[in-house]
Amino acid sequence: MRLTLYIWRQKSTTDKGRFVKYEVENASPEMSFLEMLDMLNRQLIERGGEPVAFEHDCREGICGCCGMVINGIANGPAGGTTVCQLYMRHFKDGAVLYIEPWRSRAFPVIKDLVVDRSALDRIMQAGGFISVRTGSAPEAHTILVSKETAELAMDAAECTGCGACVAACPNGAAMLFVAAKISHLGLLPQGQPERDRRAQAMVRQMDREGFGGCSNHRECEAVCPKRISIRFIARANRDFLRASLFYSKSASGKAGATGKTKRCFEK
Amino acid sequence: MHWIAEFYRSTPGKKFVMAVTGVVLFAYVLLHMVGNLQIHLGPEELRGYVRLRYAAPGLLWTVRFVLLVAATLHVIAAVQLTVRNRGSRPVRYAVRRYREADYASRTMIFTGVAIAAFGVYHLLHMTFGSVHPEFIRSDVYHNVTSGLHVPPVSLLYVAASAVLGLHLYHGLWSVFQTLGLSSPIYDSWRRAFATVFSLVVTLGFGSVPLAVLLRTL
Amino acid sequence: MELDPRIPGGPLEEKWIRYRKTVKLISPANKRNFTVVVVGTGLAGASVAAALAELGYNVLAFCYQDSSRRAHSIAAQGGINAAKNYQNDGDSVFRLFSETVIGGDFRSREANVYRLAELSGVIIDQCVAQGVPFAREYSGYLANRSFGGSLVSRTFYCRGQTGQQLLLGAYSALCRQIGLGRVKLFPRTEMLDLVVAGGRARGIVTRDLVTGSIAAHAADAVLLATGGYANIFFLSTNAKGCNATAIWRAYRRGAGFANPCFVQVHPTCIPQSGEYQSKLTLMSESLRNDGRIWVPKRKGDTREPSEIPENERDYFLERMYASYGNLAPRDMASRAVKRVCDMGYGVGPSGRGVYLDLTEAVARLGGDLLRERYGNLFEIYERITGRDPLKAPMRIYPAPHYTMGGLWVDYGLQSTIPGLFVLGEANFSDHGANRLGASALLQGLADGYFIVPYTLGEYFAGTVLDGVSPAGRPFVDAQKEVQERVARLVAVQGRRTVDSFHRKLGALLWEHCGISRSEAGLRTAIEEIRALRREFWEDVRVPGKTTEFNQELEKAGRVADYLELAELMCRDALAREESCGCHFREEFQTSDGEPFKDDGRFCHVAVWEYMGDDREPVRHAEPLTFETVKPEDRAQYASQGYTRSRRK
Ligand SMILES: Cc1cc2nc3c(=O)[nH]c(=O)nc-3n(C[C@H](O)[C@H](O)[C@H](O)COP(=O)(O)OP(=O)(O)OC[C@H]3O[C@@H](n4cnc5c(N)ncnc54)[C@H](O)[C@@H]3O)c2cc1C
Ligand code: HEM
Ligand code: FES
Repeated sequence: MRLTLYIWRQKSTTDKGRFVKYEVENASPEMSFLEMLDMLNRQLIERGGEPVAFEHDCREGICGCCGMVINGIANGPAGGTTVCQLYMRHFKDGAVLYIEPWRSRAFPVIKDLVVDRSALDRIMQAGGFISVRTGSAPEAHTILVSKETAELAMDAAECTGCGACVAACPNGAAMLFVAAKISHLGLLPQGQPERDRRAQAMVRQMDREGFGGCSNHRECEAVCPKRISIRFIARANRDFLRASLFYSKSASGKAGATGKTKRCFEK
Repeated sequence: MHWIAEFYRSTPGKKFVMAVTGVVLFAYVLLHMVGNLQIHLGPEELRGYVRLRYAAPGLLWTVRFVLLVAATLHVIAAVQLTVRNRGSRPVRYAVRRYREADYASRTMIFTGVAIAAFGVYHLLHMTFGSVHPEFIRSDVYHNVTSGLHVPPVSLLYVAASAVLGLHLYHGLWSVFQTLGLSSPIYDSWRRAFATVFSLVVTLGFGSVPLAVLLRTL
Repeated sequence: MELDPRIPGGPLEEKWIRYRKTVKLISPANKRNFTVVVVGTGLAGASVAAALAELGYNVLAFCYQDSSRRAHSIAAQGGINAAKNYQNDGDSVFRLFSETVIGGDFRSREANVYRLAELSGVIIDQCVAQGVPFAREYSGYLANRSFGGSLVSRTFYCRGQTGQQLLLGAYSALCRQIGLGRVKLFPRTEMLDLVVAGGRARGIVTRDLVTGSIAAHAADAVLLATGGYANIFFLSTNAKGCNATAIWRAYRRGAGFANPCFVQVHPTCIPQSGEYQSKLTLMSESLRNDGRIWVPKRKGDTREPSEIPENERDYFLERMYASYGNLAPRDMASRAVKRVCDMGYGVGPSGRGVYLDLTEAVARLGGDLLRERYGNLFEIYERITGRDPLKAPMRIYPAPHYTMGGLWVDYGLQSTIPGLFVLGEANFSDHGANRLGASALLQGLADGYFIVPYTLGEYFAGTVLDGVSPAGRPFVDAQKEVQERVARLVAVQGRRTVDSFHRKLGALLWEHCGISRSEAGLRTAIEEIRALRREFWEDVRVPGKTTEFNQELEKAGRVADYLELAELMCRDALAREESCGCHFREEFQTSDGEPFKDDGRFCHVAVWEYMGDDREPVRHAEPLTFETVKPEDRAQYASQGYTRSRRK
């Protein structure tokens, strides 16, 4: 296969960046997209050039490292896959491809196609957990979870945190990511005590990071490698609304204390 | 910070406000449309509707007030959200292809602004009459038929109905998501609901200028 | 080198209980005065970092990925074992223990293995409480599956993504501690050296992978949880970034390296389809239950499989192992597959593959049932190869998967360098010469949540640690060494890419130190590895600078270390003159091709000590004694239905 690639090259976060054209001669349909880039990089290095930086690790679609926008679609035309699991047979011989990094204010470019997604980790640090001390867990069978609930929680929990949802969203929103986590933990009985607090804390951090808001465009769902449904966004909205409109952390059960309950969003 | 302010500051909070006010506006739009449709029945029936409208001034002003507040909040939140959303991607994609986002969802702010602009014009035209050459206060039937008699004006009304339909085509689907109303049981109906009502609104409003235009041509 | 395993006294079942009873404790107020470096945030690293921070220690955690959630534990598919006996099918701590010991072919330490089995139950409790969405029955109780031919169903799972979900559980616990400010996380930071001061591990030297800056971090103890090194083969089921650098550098600073040659090879992976291939993907072995394995009878037959008539097919596993057939134990199957391919019968473009044919099963059970059973595997296979396994036979080939070898540790998981603890796949502790399926995840979490939080306290309580500062002598020296080494890699400016060396090294090891090993082969390999190492340092090309984001430089450092470790693996394989578990020496087999195990000479852990670049490493031995399950009894256990090795 012959391909013409326009790849976004950017030396560092502060560099402006631009597209550089590359011709790839002998790609094979059996190659993964990343292996095609490996081949390009080998040629670049051997000719004394600088290889294209892109992130990858497991190369089996689970770690969430890899990701790039190919001809305007996050992770390319195949859908429901990561780029490491995207194979060249999905492209036509002679194709012209524009390859760009995830673009979002919250994901500064580090180099070429590598971006900084630590914003997603910070959202998790704000509340994406169940506060259980090591060793304090009760016997597993004391917590029953219906099969349906467990499956639904698993649907949400499959999120790999790759950021494709943000990259694809016309608004650069991280709602699918946040919603998946809020839903995963909010669905399970173990997650109930912190459900309100978690929804608020995670949404608040999401806003702080500079992501856009959700307009329900459904682009995220269309590119999610794990095909996570936007139903979880509705669910997370519900949790957030409930928490914001009805939940007060410092609500007191004592008479007389109800007058001015401070809505408290602090940790 | 007060919890309301805190809530509104969040993006889902703003969207919640958009959704609630959008529903209020939609409810009004439906009522208004049903009222307008009376015109097809003739001048008498329309007068009956108009009289009904003015029968309880307290109610009328309450409705107007609620509408004004809803519209204001809807517009403010819309602008704030849009600014935020546009700002979240400082460097744009060189090539951009959409897989799901449709024309309606991507143009909400434009259709919205167009509706607002039309709304102002519509008030000046039909309520205050300042841009209506043959305006007669309190003769609604006359104002409508004479006002829409002019083809460019009636075409503008038709276009506005279509734009409103487009806005609602996405809005009426989206509002369920925003309010957290999603369930496998009725999710498949949401698309149908939005499509049907956006069509109803477009045809309902559009039928009036079209009828006037066709009869007078 | 002193190899005292420090196993507590008493009967096997009471050792850990006794240890915990008598373990020295640190006062809560005092804990925050201890700083602990944790390298790695996989199951072992994330769990220990979170657990220690909960106790009040000051934790610095490091990983090379951009997020701690991406450690390769994420890729584990099959499940995690625990002796809960929820199925009432006869499981018990003892049974899990004995299966693990037997699976490891009696090359692991009894006391450690028993503790592993003992802790398995609370691990499931902990994970459930964290919100790990394990598979459930309709009743709401946890579901189990039987794994790798075990007679009991004790494997807990989350679809085909158990590792991911367990890691996300540990990651969420870690996130909580980061949010509380008790853990400071250094993502995109690679450990390049260990700092030993006053005979104790006191810190590490790291490179910031974004800016390239080299820094030293001082601590009171260093915990390595950096995973396995099967990626040394280039083509393996491991992630591209998996490396031995951390443990290798520790080895060079005096930590003993145990059983480096013990590498588990998984028989059913999707084979290489071309020279450019970068990775092999695992296919669950359960497929062998319904599939028949064959190759064409004619060498180099390029016909489509459907065009090859029945009588021109060689169902070689059925032919070679009449009793096992297609379910031959993993190491036998892997060896047989490699042998037929080496003889030229392999299929596929590379000739390295055999057919796993489901046609008969389709006829017998119907495609729908098979899809239900293996749906996600078929999907993976089809995505990668573009072929539907129900229409044409799948091609499979063995691939390196897991390294049982690693840094030597005592019962408390402390290496031969005081203050250096090693957890998870990076240590050698529990799996002997072969690992049971679904027990690596278990080990990572046991080490992290429930073992080191105790044994580290014991170390601190029993040790007087002087203050150290990153500005001190050993830190500055180590930092300088790292700087020089990094600069040297860039300075070579040769012609060949790092990958080309890695590929070549991998091929060499696969040939001579893979599924089957021989003295002559290993000797050749050692020579060739040395030559390759020289070539590497003369001809490698690392573009770019050391002070920037430079992925080639990262790879170069890892491959440089692999080039050293490879030699040690071969030496270890050479010295172990027996066949046991994953380790098959062609000279040591019975007349019918069965491995010949030499418990008399080799019932020990081989521990290698680094003596300097110009001197040969020294092999020490930690003798293994079996009091509860004895090697002689193996036949008896085998007759009870244990097969020798099983795993995901
Ligand atoms: C495809 C596959 C399937 C598997 N399936 C199963 C299964 O079903 N059941 C089972 O029990 N086991 C399974 N295993 C094995 C199991 O997943 C691993 O053994 C286990 O997860 C290892 O965990 P760990 O914490 O030791 O290391 P890892 O999860 O590999 O973590 C290593 C960590 O160390 C960091 N690191 C490494 N080097 C450095 C360095 N130099 N500097 C800084 N940081 C560094 C990395 O960033 C990472 O955070 C499977 C393995 C593979 C590859
Ligand atoms: C009759 C008048 C109007 C009606 C009935 C209406 C209705 C709606 C509805 C139902 C929604 C969906 C809310 C949601 O997704 O939850 C919506 C969204 C929106 N409306 Fe309106 N609207 C009207 C006027 C306007 C005006 C005047 C503007 C102008 C500026 C506007 C701008 C928007 C925008 C930008 C959105 C999308 C917000 C987002 O998803 O981020 N609308 N509208
Ligand atoms: S490299 Fe891990 S998901 Fe693609």
